[in-house]
Amino acid sequence: MTMELDVFVGNTTIMDEEVYQLWLDGYTVNDAVRVRMDGGVMEECEASADVLLSDTMDQYRTFQMCERLLHSPSKLGNQLLFQIPPHRQAMLIERYYTFDDGFVREVLGKKLSKGTKKDLDDIGAKTGVTLKSCRRQFDNFKRVFKVVEELKGPLVENIHHHFLLSDKLARDYAAIVFFANNRFETGKRKLQYLTFQDFAFCAGQLISNWTVGAVDNMVEDMDVDLDKEFLQDLKELKVLINDKDLLDQHKSLVCTALRGKTNNLNEMETNFKNLSRGLVNIAAKLTNAKDVRDLFIDLVEKFIEPCRSDRWTSADVRLYLTHYNNSVHLLDTFKHQVVWNRYMDVVKSSINILHVRLDESEGLSCFMEKKKSQRWGR
Amino acid sequence: MPGKLKAKIVAGRHLPVMDRASDLTDAFVEVKFGNTTFKTDVCHKSLNPQWNSEWFKFEVDDEDLQDEPLQVTVLDHDTYSANDAIGKVYIDIDPLLCSEAASVISGWFPIYDTIHGIRGEINVLVKVELFNDLNRFRQSSCGVKFFCTASIPRCYRAVLVHGFVEELVVNEDPEYQWIDRIRTPRASNEARQRLISLMSGELQRKIGLKVLEMGGNAVVGYLQCFDLEGESGLVVRAIGTACTLDKLSSGSAPNTNTHMHPSTAPASNACNSPSKDGKDVSVHEFLHTRSPLAHGCRSTHNSPVHSACSSQRLSQNFSVSVPTLIFTGMGSGGSVGKEAGPLKTLLRQQTQTALEQREFPFFTLTSFPLGFLVHVGGVVSARSVKLLDRIHNPDEPETRDAWWEEIRQEIKSHAKALGCHAVVGYSESTSICEEVCILSASGTAAILNPRYMREGCLDIGITDHRFEEPSPPSCGFCHIPYDELNMPFPAQLTYCYLCRRQKVPDVLFTTINLPAEAAVTGKGCLIQARLCRLKKKAQGEVNATAISNLLPFMEYELHTQLMNKLKLRSMNALFGLHIQISVGENMLLGLASATGVYLTALPPPGGIQIAGKTPGDLSAEHHILTIQKRINDTIAKNKELYEINPPELTEEVLGSPVPDSRQRSRLFRSHSESSDEVSELDLSHGKKDAFVLEIDDTDAVEDIHSLLTDAPTPTGFYSCNTEIMPGIYNWTSGVQMFTSVRVFRLSNANLTNQGLNKIFTDLCENLLKSFYFKLRSMIPCCLCQLNFTVAVPEEELIQVTVTAVAMTFDKDQNQEKTADKPPAKGGNETEEQLQFPLELCADPSSANCQPASKVSGVPECSNFSSRVSSLERSSPLPEGRSRSLRSNRSFGGISVTVVKMTPLSFLPGTRIIKYLGIINMFFIRETTSLREEGGVSGFLHTFIAEVFSMVRAHVAALGGNAVVSYSMKECMLMENPNKNQAQCLINVSGDAVICVRETDQEPTPSTASIGQTCTSATDEAT
Repeated sequence: MTMELDVFVGNTTIMDEEVYQLWLDGYTVNDAVRVRMDGGVMEECEASADVLLSDTMDQYRTFQMCERLLHSPSKLGNQLLFQIPPHRQAMLIERYYTFDDGFVREVLGKKLSKGTKKDLDDIGAKTGVTLKSCRRQFDNFKRVFKVVEELKGPLVENIHHHFLLSDKLARDYAAIVFFANNRFETGKRKLQYLTFQDFAFCAGQLISNWTVGAVDNMVEDMDVDLDKEFLQDLKELKVLINDKDLLDQHKSLVCTALRGKTNNLNEMETNFKNLSRGLVNIAAKLTNAKDVRDLFIDLVEKFIEPCRSDRWTSADVRLYLTHYNNSVHLLDTFKHQVVWNRYMDVVKSSINILHVRLDESEGLSCFMEKKKSQRWGR
Repeated sequence: MPGKLKAKIVAGRHLPVMDRASDLTDAFVEVKFGNTTFKTDVCHKSLNPQWNSEWFKFEVDDEDLQDEPLQVTVLDHDTYSANDAIGKVYIDIDPLLCSEAASVISGWFPIYDTIHGIRGEINVLVKVELFNDLNRFRQSSCGVKFFCTASIPRCYRAVLVHGFVEELVVNEDPEYQWIDRIRTPRASNEARQRLISLMSGELQRKIGLKVLEMGGNAVVGYLQCFDLEGESGLVVRAIGTACTLDKLSSGSAPNTNTHMHPSTAPASNACNSPSKDGKDVSVHEFLHTRSPLAHGCRSTHNSPVHSACSSQRLSQNFSVSVPTLIFTGMGSGGSVGKEAGPLKTLLRQQTQTALEQREFPFFTLTSFPLGFLVHVGGVVSARSVKLLDRIHNPDEPETRDAWWEEIRQEIKSHAKALGCHAVVGYSESTSICEEVCILSASGTAAILNPRYMREGCLDIGITDHRFEEPSPPSCGFCHIPYDELNMPFPAQLTYCYLCRRQKVPDVLFTTINLPAEAAVTGKGCLIQARLCRLKKKAQGEVNATAISNLLPFMEYELHTQLMNKLKLRSMNALFGLHIQISVGENMLLGLASATGVYLTALPPPGGIQIAGKTPGDLSAEHHILTIQKRINDTIAKNKELYEINPPELTEEVLGSPVPDSRQRSRLFRSHSESSDEVSELDLSHGKKDAFVLEIDDTDAVEDIHSLLTDAPTPTGFYSCNTEIMPGIYNWTSGVQMFTSVRVFRLSNANLTNQGLNKIFTDLCENLLKSFYFKLRSMIPCCLCQLNFTVAVPEEELIQVTVTAVAMTFDKDQNQEKTADKPPAKGGNETEEQLQFPLELCADPSSANCQPASKVSGVPECSNFSSRVSSLERSSPLPEGRSRSLRSNRSFGGISVTVVKMTPLSFLPGTRIIKYLGIINMFFIRETTSLREEGGVSGFLHTFIAEVFSMVRAHVAALGGNAVVSYSMKECMLMENPNKNQAQCLINVSGDAVICVRETDQEPTPSTASIGQTCTSATDEAT
């Protein structure tokens, strides 16, 4: 029975979480009905396909009406049109702002512009996310970006406060905003093995160490922009590789400390200068916006790849970095300890996570390579 | 100048962007009452303006205070062109006029525009200072309380029940005035909204005056309706029951009594109640339906009065009777009711006199204080077909008055024919299509307790045993109110299965709620009969005649369906019966809804037997056998489903001799039998043991088909159209009120009656299935007060509108009702509750008294009073505006009051501590961008959500947290998808209340925390 009109309105707005998810995932009403039928909800309550269709349409309509409010979640709390219990409101908001890791991985670090939006159908096809859902997620990123862009105070807290998101989700959005603002390159093949969460972790490190907010917490964009002064200061670190004495001293301190703790001591010793040069050069170049964008590529190329070719384990990497970092403190002539620490805290933890993931994805990446070549071949 | 109205505009929020250039709005507010208008300053460039205006003061008559709403208009200031309206808020200030209701209106109201819907919110503060008016001839009726609730409101006791009040006002519909051609749709809609608001204010004031005249102070069961008669005008009419109510203070006893007005009860002293002589009065269940089949003629003279006299009526001399139905086609004087005259039994006559003295002994109540209802006769109803003509003089609405007068007389005489002196559960309705209008009225003929007609028997709980041995309340109302030898049609009578002393009918139909004290076996269920009948398109008188001719057949078929379905469920009584017949251009729709139950006092229903007329035909016989088996299986299944296991009765008890006093009444009756004068065609199956359906004709096949296609309710669900479900006692607090609308377009032009019936039945069944599915998370749950409304908005459209409430209950139903359970309604026959002192207070707490007080008959129960006082104490603002009692849904630091809505008179698990006034709202919404708003469904969905939110906002502003007895009286949708347009009118009403959680003995733990919200809320306000 197809109805000319069919509505159901409850005093307390009725929302089915399953249908909400289907709506968020961009399913059409008919597809959603099919999914629900396959899910066995019909047997649950002796319903027919008609009933399911009518219910799905009703819910979709409700969600569409709510969507306007979800764009500024704080309105949902004091609007009068829908009576929704607070925990349901929280669920609605959280789910609306939840994104697919696969999708966000594709746009991470890209400019949230119309140009990128045009490519969403390709991204959708690649990640298996419907275009509708891609658009919602992309618009969410953009909306959050726009709102927090010009706010004072800590980024995560601002997102948390304006969008009423959970702490975890607010952190993820902070990472997205941070990456989008600094346009970090994440799409290169060498970085493909990294997930969004890996980058989010790095973003967290970067935000709490390298931004303006790390030293002053009441300025605009404090958590979004890197601290220019700090980047300038990083040039001073070059002394560690340019001063031959300092470099040798550093090397011997690290090797002494590592002795007896690893099987790869020889490789570490031979590679020391190379690796140190790599890391310090990355630091020194960060005044260039282009090099900031390539931060992760550089870390992989200059550090992780040499380690890989020497078959360091993650434990080796961690150990090496710890002593590499700590030994600098013992260099009496080195005057830039503070800057060094601020730099190394981020680099250390980032390289650790990048290396661990590479370890884990060893097998997987081979598989993905194969798959990708299949796709491109087609 | 007896009143000063003060209003203050505080702030706005979420305003729409009115200036595209700046993406902002320069808003200001106009506050209008009567002809006085004030303006706030313009708040430039803000979507969340803070006006914080001064107090605007209006000095006005209290008459105006009652009629006029306060009109708040939000506008966008424009330096160069005209200011743009953003939207309006109409605030009914009636609740402020009554000292016991709200004292201030304060809160966020949605700003509503008839074209754009809700556009932001505005915070308004309204107060009224009333001066005492010494003028005796005043036109206002300030202070009379109105309740939509059709029972004695909880937290009140009825001192006196005065009786029926009605009023009707008419006007021209602004939509049809010449000016409508030149004004904008918005202006036209607003004119209409305002006019209806004014008219309902006036109506309420006039009814209030009548109540004051009668010496009452309140109207309960207030039912107001609109008839949009199109060209011929706009009618607003209302009925209600005038009462004198006393507010229960915390210390007073829950035991309260109801009395009839003393002046109307002069003769009652001489006699005892019919329940005493009830031993010789046999009762018979009887549903008396009548259609006067009158229709008006367009007369050449100017007088709008026509068809008032019987000579103009259609004359049809036939009468059909079945056990539950007497349908009388009215000849020019061949009325059963009228000629049956008043009952001739002397005793009854005496008790009747009291009520007969008033014009209409009608009561719009559907639930009654214990002991109020003595016997129930059956359903009485009347319908009349009228031709509408322009209302020429709005100040003299005689025509419409005369029409209703006629119908009420009809009802009154039917009640008399049933041996009853009163009609309870009374309601009136109309169905209009073009110029044809069907007026309908129905109610339940009943005998009310004559004790309440006497003065000064407040101590009735103690004295009543002296008078007589009363019929047990659990079955007394089932006993027939008239004697068995003067039955209007043949039916089976048996001795009551409970008390075994008096006669009961085999089936009982009523329009009221199941009395709380009634003994019920098993659970009840919703029973619906649905019917479509095609009719030829016609004009004027021909059309009216055609409709009149169809009505009796529809009524008959609806009743047959009801009867069959009742038997199929193995039940023997219907409560809350509501039959709606809706007229369209080419068809009539009939929908009868009721809640079936098994009354323990009534005999078990017989089965249904299928018979074929051609024995010998083997295949046919086989077919019949299969159907018979299916029916028997269904009955057995239903018995199990509804837990119907009546106790077995021994035959000898049933066969005991009738007391000989009966002889006497028989003598009386011999003079008075007059109803037989109408030639009767007896189609009754009543004398047969089982209902026999003959399967030869197509009708019967159709009947059987419709019988068996009703899907059973899924496990975990129950449904009923009465307040509560018989057999369910332990409600939990989950409540979900909802409205659902469906419109079906008939695609096939050549539809048959059967085809239509199938479509209509499926439409209703699918709706129910949808509800069960949507509400599955609430299982175990019961849909209560399922109110179906059907309409034929256009030639090929069928519209069904449903409003109901889903309530959760505790599955572990202990038969023991402990004191701490929520309102224990629907008693069990074995309970000691039967000796419960007469408690006429509808307060749920009364049912929660400790057993000790039940037996002693002393109403004052220390336990109870301590609880009440503790509750009072826990409320920081006991009288004034109790913000403290609101629970807030807060999120992100901002909070909105949660307002629960229910069509019932109570909320389970809570106690109503204050009634804040009636909510009666009328909205029009129009769109010229139907597609953009998501089609008709999107349009209506938004509109209904908006109406809900406006009701909630008004209740919250009054300081309330719930609406009880909520109903959607009208939901009229007109669409023109080709023009991308649609218009919808919605009328809703209910009682705004404050309720608190019902936690026994201790003060509610939530109160403390809420108290904190209170302070924070007031902090915010200051």
